[in-house]
Amino acid sequence: MSPLLLVSPVLLPMLGFIISLGFWKRPPLQRWINIVVSVSLVAVGATLVWAAADGEVGAVRLGDWPAPVAITFVVDRLAAVMILFAGVVATAASLYSLGGIDRRREAFGFHPLMLTLLAAVCGAFLTADLFNLYVWFEVMLLSSFVLLSLGGGRHQLEGAIKYVALNLLSSALFLGAIGLTYGMLGTLNMADLAEKLAAAEQPERFTPVAAVFITAFSIKAAAFPFFFWLPASYHTPPAIISAVFGALLTKVGVYVIIRFFSLMYPGSHPDAALVYETLGWIAGTTMLLGVLGAAVQTNMRRLLSFHIVSQIGYMLMGLAIAGAALAVAERPGLDEAERNAALAAATLALAGAVLHTLHNMIVKGGLFLVAGVVERTEGADDLNRVGGLYKSRPGLAAIFFVLAMSLAGIPVLSGFWSKVLLVKAGLEAQAYGLIATSLLVSVVTLFSMTKIWMYAFWKPAPEPSPIAESDRVSSIGTRDPRSGRGLWAMYAGCLILATGAVVMGAFAAPIVDYVEAAAANVIDPRNYFDAVLDRPQRLSTEATP
Amino acid sequence: MHVLLAVVVGVLYAAGLYMMLRRSIIKLLIGLALIGHASNLLIFISAGLLRGSPPLVPPGEERLELVHTDPLPPALILTAIVISFAIVSFACVLVKRAYQEVGSDDLHQMRSTEA
Repeated sequence: MSPLLLVSPVLLPMLGFIISLGFWKRPPLQRWINIVVSVSLVAVGATLVWAAADGEVGAVRLGDWPAPVAITFVVDRLAAVMILFAGVVATAASLYSLGGIDRRREAFGFHPLMLTLLAAVCGAFLTADLFNLYVWFEVMLLSSFVLLSLGGGRHQLEGAIKYVALNLLSSALFLGAIGLTYGMLGTLNMADLAEKLAAAEQPERFTPVAAVFITAFSIKAAAFPFFFWLPASYHTPPAIISAVFGALLTKVGVYVIIRFFSLMYPGSHPDAALVYETLGWIAGTTMLLGVLGAAVQTNMRRLLSFHIVSQIGYMLMGLAIAGAALAVAERPGLDEAERNAALAAATLALAGAVLHTLHNMIVKGGLFLVAGVVERTEGADDLNRVGGLYKSRPGLAAIFFVLAMSLAGIPVLSGFWSKVLLVKAGLEAQAYGLIATSLLVSVVTLFSMTKIWMYAFWKPAPEPSPIAESDRVSSIGTRDPRSGRGLWAMYAGCLILATGAVVMGAFAAPIVDYVEAAAANVIDPRNYFDAVLDRPQRLSTEATP
Repeated sequence: MHVLLAVVVGVLYAAGLYMMLRRSIIKLLIGLALIGHASNLLIFISAGLLRGSPPLVPPGEERLELVHTDPLPPALILTAIVISFAIVSFACVLVKRAYQEVGSDDLHQMRSTEA
């Protein structure tokens, strides 16, 4: 992999941002810059996936500093596929923005901010340095702060205050944990850290620091017990911003949790069983509370926000099962067959977690975009105020149906396969409690998706009650709600993501293979260590499971 | 010195959390700033403190003395300070706008977005 290709997921959006700043007074041009950058990010992501497919890990040491000192960007199968999907979501969102964002917000820098957000998300996927990760988190936060509060309005500002306060607290905790880590192990390079920790005499001493890390990361990822800021803020900005946040930001949190714990807590760590059991409890509670919160909502986007939380639980569940299985595999006195079975279960569970993350980026983004179309055409986002959309907008109904059924995990759509992997791995690893919880949560998910379907699409349109001006959605974010201008672009954005959900379901075999290989890389990160620390890679790049 | 600074870090975290739990949004802001300072100071002491051994190459020598202060933590702190400067100034504007919209600085008045 050439160094330029490796850094381009960050470089392209940054370049786009700088060029957009030069055309501050010309939002129409910024729109097209946004689209061009997003599409090229898909191309870059696809190239990276192709280049990483044989298991080779690419790394570039910025500034050509020697190995553990340099800030390293590293691409393995997992990072590559995350970048590809972030590109797909960005493409759908940038197309949708042709009709889905109002002039005023565009004039105050909506497009450049989307680009910095994208750059930061890709930076967080690529970096192998904890402090650099902190910097990308802050870039991401600052862009999202402005996007969330852009345009003002009481709801948005109130939502933004909660979001800002909790995320700043998370950053401060993360920073403190970085300081403690550096004091203990004397490095912040993640590969170097993992090797030093594995060689440490008392690796248990790192566990309290890891507890601070998991607190900081679970605020970012909106996991139990730190999820309450998300449903209080994500539904306040225009739908397109909710969609991008819901698709990308929490997933960065999950990605970082997967990276951090797979590196620092391999099965051989004496505290691994404890750590992954804790994660299992966090995962189960997150998915249950999220979905129960969603079940009582009547506002579409608020309902979807609670579902973000619930789905985070599934991703963490995959990691928890994988880690527990890895800890079992390291137990003394196991024969070869038992050890291999535990390793296989771990790979499967982690593959399920990764696949579920990817599927959620597509589907959750798509559902928010559909909610945005409904808000725009109906002028309301409360399920009691809309209806009859199946009759008046069959195309939209079809798109919503695909996305909603995919979220609930109905066969042949994308959500089905990730849940199959998770459940299969859970059965092999005998995590019956988590499996039962996740299946229950699936049923309630289906229930709340059916609720949107019944209320917004099937039931006859309600009497057009005069909506008080104060009740009107302040953030519909369109030029003229009732006119059809730009509606095609909004449909196009939704359609891209719905197609993604169908393709991921229909062509599941190659995707599952790839994700399993990515999970195997994460579980056995020797190539990652070698790439980051500038050594020849030990694992054969041909041997893919 | 270590003990003193450790106590200061603890007090800063406690004061920051206390301020965050108050109802006024201004106090929330001050609390966040205090917690940020606590984290910066934590980085500073966790790397170890040495008296009077700057990481400078002495005149006529080729390399650093064997015992020297680690220059990395101050660099990290500097970066973190710059970032938190940007974020706190954004938060100030946000708080002011929210105050104008809501007409109060009481967080209990800002619950319209919660379920």
